[in-house]
Amino acid sequence: MTTSAKKPLSMQLTSMLLSVWNLIKRIPPVYPVFVVIMIGVSQLNPNFATANGILLFLRRSSPLAILAMGQMFVLATGGFDLSQGSLVTLTVIGSSLIIYNNESAGYTAILIMLGIGIIVGLVNGFVVSFLKVPSLIATLGMLLLIKGGGLYWTGGAPKGYLTENWRFFGRGYIENIPVIGRFPSAVIILLIVGVIMSILFYKTNLGKQILAIGDNARASQLSGIKVKRVRMVAFLISSILAVVAGVLIGGYGGTSIVAGDGLEMQSVSAAVIGGALLLGGRGSLIGAVFGALTLEAIFSLLNLLGLPKPFRDAVQGLIIIGAVAYASITSRRRD
Amino acid sequence: MTTGTISAKNLKQAVQAIHIPPVYYFLVIITLVGITLDQLFAKGNILSNPVIMTNILVRSVALGIVAVGQSFVMIGAAIDLSVAFTISLTAVLASQLMQGDPARVPMAILIVFGIGIVIGVANGLIVTKLNVNPFIATLGTGLIIKGILNGTFANYKGSVPKSFQSFGYDSLGPIPISILVLLVVVIIGWFILSRTKFGAHLYGVGGSREIGRLSGLRTARIVTGAFIISSLTAVLSGLFIVSRLGSGAPWVGPDGVYDLESIAATVIGGTALAGGRGGVFGTLAGVLMFGVIDTVFNQLGVDTYLKTVLRGAIIILAVASYSIRSGREAA
Amino acid sequence: MTLEVKTNNAPLMEVRNIDKSFPGVKALDDVSVKFYPGEVNAVVGENGAGKSTLMKVMVGAYKQDRGTIHFQEENVSFNHPIDAQKMGISIIYQEFNLLPERTVAQNIFLGREPSTFGVVNVRQLNKQARSVLKEIGVDTMISPTALINSLSVAEQQLVEIAKAISMDAKVLIMDEPTASLTSTEVQLLSDLISRLKEKGLAIIFISHRLAEVFEVAEKITVLKDGQYVGTAKTEEVTPEDIVYMMVGRVLDHYFPPLGSPEDFGDVVLRVEDGSNEFLSSINLELRKGEVLGISGLQGSGRTELAQALFGAEPFKSGSVELQSKTVSIKNPSWAIKQGLGFVTEDRKSEGLLLMQPIRDNILLALRSLQPLFGWIHPDGIRQSRKLVPTLGEQVDIRVDSYSKEVQDLSGGNQQKVVLSKWLASKAEIFIFDEPTRGIDVESKASVHDLIRELTIQGVAVIMISSELPEIIGMSDRIIVMRDGTIGGELPAESSEADIMLVATGQDNSNSAEPS
Repeated sequence: MTTSAKKPLSMQLTSMLLSVWNLIKRIPPVYPVFVVIMIGVSQLNPNFATANGILLFLRRSSPLAILAMGQMFVLATGGFDLSQGSLVTLTVIGSSLIIYNNESAGYTAILIMLGIGIIVGLVNGFVVSFLKVPSLIATLGMLLLIKGGGLYWTGGAPKGYLTENWRFFGRGYIENIPVIGRFPSAVIILLIVGVIMSILFYKTNLGKQILAIGDNARASQLSGIKVKRVRMVAFLISSILAVVAGVLIGGYGGTSIVAGDGLEMQSVSAAVIGGALLLGGRGSLIGAVFGALTLEAIFSLLNLLGLPKPFRDAVQGLIIIGAVAYASITSRRRD
Repeated sequence: MTTGTISAKNLKQAVQAIHIPPVYYFLVIITLVGITLDQLFAKGNILSNPVIMTNILVRSVALGIVAVGQSFVMIGAAIDLSVAFTISLTAVLASQLMQGDPARVPMAILIVFGIGIVIGVANGLIVTKLNVNPFIATLGTGLIIKGILNGTFANYKGSVPKSFQSFGYDSLGPIPISILVLLVVVIIGWFILSRTKFGAHLYGVGGSREIGRLSGLRTARIVTGAFIISSLTAVLSGLFIVSRLGSGAPWVGPDGVYDLESIAATVIGGTALAGGRGGVFGTLAGVLMFGVIDTVFNQLGVDTYLKTVLRGAIIILAVASYSIRSGREAA
Repeated sequence: MTLEVKTNNAPLMEVRNIDKSFPGVKALDDVSVKFYPGEVNAVVGENGAGKSTLMKVMVGAYKQDRGTIHFQEENVSFNHPIDAQKMGISIIYQEFNLLPERTVAQNIFLGREPSTFGVVNVRQLNKQARSVLKEIGVDTMISPTALINSLSVAEQQLVEIAKAISMDAKVLIMDEPTASLTSTEVQLLSDLISRLKEKGLAIIFISHRLAEVFEVAEKITVLKDGQYVGTAKTEEVTPEDIVYMMVGRVLDHYFPPLGSPEDFGDVVLRVEDGSNEFLSSINLELRKGEVLGISGLQGSGRTELAQALFGAEPFKSGSVELQSKTVSIKNPSWAIKQGLGFVTEDRKSEGLLLMQPIRDNILLALRSLQPLFGWIHPDGIRQSRKLVPTLGEQVDIRVDSYSKEVQDLSGGNQQKVVLSKWLASKAEIFIFDEPTRGIDVESKASVHDLIRELTIQGVAVIMISSELPEIIGMSDRIIVMRDGTIGGELPAESSEADIMLVATGQDNSNSAEPS
């Protein structure tokens, strides 16, 4: 294709715009959106832009970010995990109960909860892979099982309280750090989880296989991938991370029977904003984290603008619709 | 081929076409279990008690009405997660508008149904024109409604007049009005699905977008129509709830988990998540099943929370049994 | 039984100078055919000859690049298949377009239900359905209220025909209508077609089964490589004539030299009396370093054989030996561990992860052999980074970056990606199913060279293909499948005609009975 030196200006402009659009399509929208919002927030609240302000923001956002990472693993396989929220609640009220009965059992409680999380993940995986129940229904059923089971076990009202050592993870600080002074342990946990999940997703076969089965389960199977096993692991990860998030939430906010309400929807939203495709095959761990951060940043922004809490729901709704609509326009997933 | 064998075959085909949804077998089983438990632990007092039986039915009304709407959407191969919030919105708005004044009832009813239509249209357009997955689309609209609801109504002044409460409480002879309404909704739903062009096309589009397209069906319109029906049933359900409560509050919808439960009842009733098959009678059986479990266990003093556990287990096992039985995914 | 052939002077439907291309492939090249009312015209040709494409152009599913379509002597064009349907041109595809959970009547009249004010008149619906079914003489067999999924395949086909008739079809196209029918059902269909002919319909019948074609059709049109070869009157030709018309072409490239007996090593794979629901009495041997070609018509069981060997749809009886050890290949994972690789027929739906980068596609099978939580660079990053480009060069993938998503590649490059996947897993037995389908000539040559390269290195290759030149050009031995079993074995460099005769059952005195 030869280009003459005198192409009409309109054509040049159009082709320039097209290539810019192509470039834009490649950038996951969550990053620029996040930056814009952060700038907005720091304009309204100068304290936000300080190291301390950012750390506090990260601490608030850690639980959702961790949930979103777990959800992303499941979304990438083409499924949903709706049981995350109720698992969070269970972690909080269950630990309360265990500690109520035995004050020194703080860490034991966490271990027990992790054990329960593993069982939940395995059951979810089993029901979806072997009983062939669609993940939407399977994890919905699990949500009810956990919710009912948890409330039954604790008698419906949070008994007891959560001890300091248990709550440390969610609201404690690590002292005497050079330059910064104190660093929230929640953020450290976020970083640790983030690193582990990144390694799993980007550097082990697991991550590649998860994307593979979400992209094309049949081709994956014919290439030797044990689809059922990979799915199970994805659910396992999602549940374990839900427990971790629960520890952080309980630490920060204390015991409550509505600790986890609605969180699974938020984590799906965060993961989708971050670029996960609902039918699987695409997912970005970092995107999920930023999706969560973006959501939390938006909530902060709304707060600062003086808009009451309810509006954050409305805005969240608009955002997730917008995010997925945008993804539909730019995505090339064939149906 | 003799004429004898031919008509036998015809008969077989005709019988197979009648097709009792498998959920009714479940309903029978659950009822039998309920009866047994009743006999064992309550000396048969529960299910023979007309008050309690009425209770089962009335509890099922709210869920039943909205589940009918959800069935439409799911037959169309979509899902509607906004119903719970539509229910809440209706309850709160109705109270606010009526302010206890019977003269204001008709206006209030018109307005809430109008809003229901708007919500349905919005859902339909987002799914068909913006190409957003129904899960996300209705999750989004639900959140928007939730936000507007919580944000606009600072306090929950207002209530529903006594005359309106008759919807929730009164009976026509021995049968509560609310149950009649549910039956009417089910029958209308059945009629639309099985006797109208719209219903036939909904099954077509839900069964296979491609076949729908090749047959020249207007997918966008049909799917949007299903969403409108879903929102309208949510509104009706909200009106029922508020007529029983006396006034509305924003947590009414989500508290009852109407979104997820209507989906569960529909799937258990035999409608596939993938669309193209199912019907309201199956859904009704699913709703009744939950109603029986709820009431029997309530009367037996079984912890509410264990009921929730049982619900979850039933949903999983019922859907699993469909998959295993048909050798293919239930959805 | 003599057939009254009404020959009109004017064709009911005609296509003139039709061209249709897809990326890398010219599917139709200046095709002109006339179809007359009251006649059955069978369109035959090998896979890839252009039959399906031509039909799709005729019903408005594809738009031709060049050329005109004439219906009842008027120039017509279609924007949507429903335009053609309304005009009276109907097609019945091999995979029926029926909704399984709806009744016969509902399917026939989908979108055109008789109704007043939106309410369907169910009695009318069923009545109309019944009368259409009666028109084609099957009202005693099929009830309008029967659910589609309660009907047999043959009955479903009849419903599709009823649907077409209800739309007042004047031209009825049937794509491989007898593929899944028993001989009794074929006879019934044949009678039905006669009745339709008497009503003046033009019937176009795509089929591979020459025996049936000769029984049913008045005319036979032959396509080859997207071009029109000719139309013959059935009474004037023999099946062999038709076969010769279907084959015989100028080679567009030269194949690498075949192996000679000393190149072939021990038997690496042996199947004795293998059977499952699709196959019966499979006996074959595969030796190291050879290319075993598997030919046969569509539906003869070739892909099913590959799937059985690979463990995707295993044998239910009989024995399989790998490297002289009796084994049971239960699933693909296991097969891959034993060194098998399967380049599937449909790379997009079964061979590739379209949204993932090339690199991840190439490493897919290799990674499935490694531990789930294992590092993705088990031999170190440098080794890993080299592996993909090395393989890519080996198969000659033309691309500037291995991070590109596979769905952005041409067919030829995509196929090479699939190939390199199995090179990465170091497969020693390769099964190819249509290795060069839908790819350009240059890539085809690459793939062929590669296959021969593999055998020189000691790999054993099974190659399924419907392209006869490819079978003849590449195979050291040829097995011809027919109706789920092995019709015969032929030596290297057999002629196309030899192969087709075995494939169509013309070589024996007893023509094969469809199962």
